Amino acid sequence: MPEILASVLDGLLIGLVYGLAAIGLTLIFGVMDVVNLAHGAVIALGMFTVYLLYKAGIHPYIGLLPVAVIGFLFGVLIYLIAVKRILDGPPLMTLLATFAVSMIITGAGTAIWSTSPYNINFPVTTLNILGYTVTSARLIAAIAAVLVTVFLYIFLYRTTLGKAVRAVANNREAAELMGIPSQQILAVSFGIGTALAMLSGALIATLFPFTILSGGIYELKSFVASVLGGLGNPTGALFGGIILGLIEGSVAPFIEVSWTNVIEFVIFVLILLFFPTGLFGGRR
Amino acid sequence: MKRPILEVDHVTKAFGGLLAVNDVSFTMYQGEILGLIGPNGAGKTTLFNVINGVYKPTKGRIVFDGEEITGLPPYRVVKKGLARTHQIVKPLNEMTVLENVVVGACFGRENLGLEPAREVAREILEFVGLADFAETLAGKLNIALKKRLEVARALAARPKLLLLDEVLAGLNPAEVGRMLGVIRKIRDQGVSILMIEHIMQAIMSLSDRIVVLNFGEKLAEGRPEEVANDPRVIEAYLGDPEMAKRILEEES
Amino acid sequence: MKLLRQPYFWLIVAFTALFAALPFWNQNITLRETLVLSAIYIILATNLNLMIGYTGYVNFGSIVFFGLGGYFTLWLISEHGWGLYPAVLFAGAVTSILAFLLGLGILRLRGAYFALATIGINEAVKDFVANFEAWGGSEGIFLPFTAFRAMGGPAKALWTVYLLIVLVMGLSLLLSYVVKRSKFGLGLFAIREDEDAAIVLGVQAPLYKSIAYSLSAFLPAVAGGLYFFKNGSVVPEEAFNLHLSIESIVMVMLGGQGTVTGPAVGAFLYERLRGILLTLPSLSNFHLVIAGVLLLLIILFAPGGLMGWLYRVWPGLRRGLE
Repeated sequence: MPEILASVLDGLLIGLVYGLAAIGLTLIFGVMDVVNLAHGAVIALGMFTVYLLYKAGIHPYIGLLPVAVIGFLFGVLIYLIAVKRILDGPPLMTLLATFAVSMIITGAGTAIWSTSPYNINFPVTTLNILGYTVTSARLIAAIAAVLVTVFLYIFLYRTTLGKAVRAVANNREAAELMGIPSQQILAVSFGIGTALAMLSGALIATLFPFTILSGGIYELKSFVASVLGGLGNPTGALFGGIILGLIEGSVAPFIEVSWTNVIEFVIFVLILLFFPTGLFGGRR
Repeated sequence: MKRPILEVDHVTKAFGGLLAVNDVSFTMYQGEILGLIGPNGAGKTTLFNVINGVYKPTKGRIVFDGEEITGLPPYRVVKKGLARTHQIVKPLNEMTVLENVVVGACFGRENLGLEPAREVAREILEFVGLADFAETLAGKLNIALKKRLEVARALAARPKLLLLDEVLAGLNPAEVGRMLGVIRKIRDQGVSILMIEHIMQAIMSLSDRIVVLNFGEKLAEGRPEEVANDPRVIEAYLGDPEMAKRILEEES
Repeated sequence: MKLLRQPYFWLIVAFTALFAALPFWNQNITLRETLVLSAIYIILATNLNLMIGYTGYVNFGSIVFFGLGGYFTLWLISEHGWGLYPAVLFAGAVTSILAFLLGLGILRLRGAYFALATIGINEAVKDFVANFEAWGGSEGIFLPFTAFRAMGGPAKALWTVYLLIVLVMGLSLLLSYVVKRSKFGLGLFAIREDEDAAIVLGVQAPLYKSIAYSLSAFLPAVAGGLYFFKNGSVVPEEAFNLHLSIESIVMVMLGGQGTVTGPAVGAFLYERLRGILLTLPSLSNFHLVIAGVLLLLIILFAPGGLMGWLYRVWPGLRRGLE
């Protein structure tokens, strides 16, 4: 298999994980118009949580469930403490508040774990599918991302709670008038968004070494994927992630890794300037 | 000899496939109050947005006081003498009522400095009856006062033409009466007024002429009595021509 | 505006004079070094306030101006033999112009997008400079000792530079005050409150934002030039230290965004707090955490910062101070 094709396929698989992370970000924006600048820090937290669970003897893939639960609870906590009070004020405030949360998480994390790289060394097999060599970890991470996305869709479209979330996202006042307890839904939504972020962090931790500062890189990728797909649009975010992964895969054989960030940042700014509603149309 | 103050010339505004405003034309004359009515979603606010430059029209021209202003950004349009209020009021919340109006005076048609702008602002506040609230933060006012502030701010720009977007919505009858009084005073000062309204009695009694929009198109134009009795207009609001006929028969 | 008749103007002058005189009159070098850092923080916070507090655009990467100012200055002095004064003025001018051009692009973004773009710019500039051989790459630029000779030797030069930095601090406060009381400032505040409404009212928002952005770059760039000259060297990590940007935001919010006095007070207090924290070994790692907690508390309970609280408690103060 030619190197470029393998690289693109690698990109596709990791792109699914980026998509999962991006959904977490875009969901919160879609439901409550808040840009969650704590997103990256939470991704990093997901990495370390699955690491700690592994150290305690829990296999990373089993650890995904507790990570999701912890992520959800943590998200609800962040919402109640930092977001709820200032939710309908100037957007500047929620921006700075979530940013403050990210400072707290990153600062605490640095104090506990310093900025050294960590790694989860669990046994991984290499598979060869039609000439494409891939590690089981990467394949499983992609499949897990897809499964979680499917579960999210089932939740949003087939359960009452999920429908309530979509109602609040669509029009909070109208939803309240219909008896939906919007405050609880907002907390739940923030919890879900955070859970998705932590899950994606956990999955990334099974693939690459990480530090407490790694979250920032994936936060940027989440933003790029989200705006590609249109902020507020979860399907768009997933596709945005895939596209981002494919782009990374296509340029990786030709460009040094340190340039990927700059390229993604440029894409981000260009999309915002010229396609503010994303390629698929979001809310703003 | 009536001088045209505003010409809306075959204006179309499309959003993707949706024609929000479709080939609308009318002329407005200096000194008149022209009412713009139509069911919800008829394209009235979109038309306002095209007139004052928030949107560029897909087709057509806007000519204001003899000068073409199509496509000019709002901050240039207001300097030509065309000011507007918003359907959902936009007070500058953390600034005082006086400061809000000073902004209008500073950046409006006369492009005043801070001190002269403050003078003008105080006059305007007297004129609309907000002088007692000069030092109150705009965000703390109730809806009726916020609406009056919105009008005051637009007036401070010393416009020749004032666009009022549902300035009576959300007001109780007493407040409506007061606002109507203010509008009449503005017209008496020689300012032309183009207003969108849903409160039929108010707009019918206030306007010299009416333009009716429906689904983005101009449905009718004329004096209030003519328009009120136009079966097409009644059908547009009620949706049923038979009922329209029956109402007309009941009236006569 | 009759600047010289305003008591607040004289307050700024007195404060600046005090700052200059305190360490100078008995040649107290330790005090000077402490105060120079305070002055730098006040400069950064006060100029950042033009964007955050006045215009309502959060600039997360404002430190990039400080770093560029340092780099341009040291490059002109070491590579081209320029004197300090022309070098810092040139560095300030070029950085402002760059900011203006950059602003034309990114100021079209609102809220969070603008904030993220500014972070990206800082990181991109840092990466670029670290690879830019003409500016010493990751090693940076070092000033030869001769650079200080023109100013009467290193000891004297350090004093002169200190006074210059204090002067820039005074100018920052003055700029902040003049803008706040001007028609331009009124336009900025209108943009902050509701940009769309401001545009409809006649404020030429795109131009005003660009001017504010480039103004907010000038004095920090000059300060950067002076600061790194004093240090004798500049390296990418120090010049484009994102943490300092973030701490500037905390300082502005702590003191009271949108006021003139606020950022200066916030900078001073934060700098003292930081100094204390750094000396306590158990807490030194937590300083980002504490900054974060502080920021969160301010946002949640006192968004007007210290000055906001003071004005509420003592409304008469609002007329005396800014």
